[in-house]
Amino acid sequence: MSTLRLEHISYRYGAKTALDNVSFVLEQGRFCALLGLNGAGKSTLFSLLTRLLVTREGTIHVAGHDLAREPRAALGKIGVVFQQQTLELDLSVMQNLRYFAALQGLSGRNAQRSIDAALDRLGMRDRSGEKARALNGGHRRRMEIARALIHDPQVLLLDEATVGLDTAARQAITAHVHDLADNGLLVFWATHLVDEIRATDDVVVLHEGRVLAHDDAATLAGDGSLLDAFIRMTGPAPEGVTA
Amino acid sequence: MNGYLIALRAIVLREAMRFLNQRSRFLAALVRPLVWLVVFAAGFRAALGLSIIPPYQTYITYEVYIVPGLCGMIQLFNGMQSSLSLVYDQEMGSMRLLLTSRLPRSWLLFCKLLAGVAVSILQVYVFLAIAALFGITLPPMGYLYLFPALILTGLMLGALGLLISSTIKQLENFAGVMNFVIFPMFFMSTALYPLWKMAESSPFLRDLCALNPFTHAVELIRFALYEQFNGAALLWVLACFAVFMACSIIGYDPARGLMKRKRG
Repeated sequence: MSTLRLEHISYRYGAKTALDNVSFVLEQGRFCALLGLNGAGKSTLFSLLTRLLVTREGTIHVAGHDLAREPRAALGKIGVVFQQQTLELDLSVMQNLRYFAALQGLSGRNAQRSIDAALDRLGMRDRSGEKARALNGGHRRRMEIARALIHDPQVLLLDEATVGLDTAARQAITAHVHDLADNGLLVFWATHLVDEIRATDDVVVLHEGRVLAHDDAATLAGDGSLLDAFIRMTGPAPEGVTA
Repeated sequence: MNGYLIALRAIVLREAMRFLNQRSRFLAALVRPLVWLVVFAAGFRAALGLSIIPPYQTYITYEVYIVPGLCGMIQLFNGMQSSLSLVYDQEMGSMRLLLTSRLPRSWLLFCKLLAGVAVSILQVYVFLAIAALFGITLPPMGYLYLFPALILTGLMLGALGLLISSTIKQLENFAGVMNFVIFPMFFMSTALYPLWKMAESSPFLRDLCALNPFTHAVELIRFALYEQFNGAALLWVLACFAVFMACSIIGYDPARGLMKRKRG
């Protein structure tokens, strides 16, 4: 069954078209990279998926729920890590997670069980008493991922989640989210960094608001590299895209 | 406990913790009305003579007259402070946590509003306690009757703050709120002088003051402090709250509201 289905999505900021007739289907248990240059429409697409923006052009289904008609049910199936960090820095790791659980309407033993499981998955159980402010960038990101999983979503959205992190932290986080996909979650990962994508991952190439390609990374790369294939599709010298 | 109440409790506790951690904000919230009470009122008591008007049954000093207005002032500033922190949260991104929750957005915004009201009520009672130390006391039951009045006025002024936060693009634009919302609302109300006093200099200004929602918030507080009920003020406050809240919910609705325009 498709976990995330977008059909003919378009969005405009005034006269400027940000997304133009975007359609694709993503399956459970997959890691899918949304690859695009800055300004390609990735953040707009994420805002539509999280209902920070809405459009009347096209439909989005999350785990079978129409986001426009059943927003609560659909949002309940989504965990989000935004590009911008959204932690309460004066709260501890555990307090942050409990606060978020409460915003989702969760408390008590079930919430605590989910929090503990999320912390274990990301190896942060021993740091749960530390203030978020005291964590480095990589651990803050891990904590945000742990937080996004508390309500047991089926889809994890990450918008440029490794921006500003060093190489080791980036690798650790991409490895974590790949593991999450292997364990049955649909991970939808917006990025402009090609090296975060593995050969078996799905890739949606977004350029100037349009989907240029949707296939697994190995097929898109063909005999060359994914970066070369991406450059062929989007034009010369894509600034900010690295191998 | 159901999900709605869990979220309400968490948001109220979070706001309370944030408020208590910001001691300077707590002090500023108290110092502002106290300066008006101790300095301004002392200076103007001779210039501004007051006649006997409801709910007062005898002549009162100017310090006594402005106490309800200063209670309203605390709530007005608190509402705008909440609005400011909402704009800050939007810029910093933490507002997205609320907006992408599976609980209804309108409920979570209402929880935010209630949390701000709780903080403002705490501030008002601390202010009244300090005012009592300066010898400005009120009927004992007035302190009790004040509580529901403060909930309503706090909700109305908080909803106004919420509405403003849904229209402001950037934190820098917030200075305009001070000039175009807080000061006109405060000075064109009965907080510092009764309407008849205003009518002496300008009937037009008097009419504007009578239309100001803050005037009715102050009058609701004033009557409650003197164990009386002001039905007209109550209706005004409830109606304004309903309008401000509805507009805020529309403002934060991504399909219809100003959030969309803010991004564009």
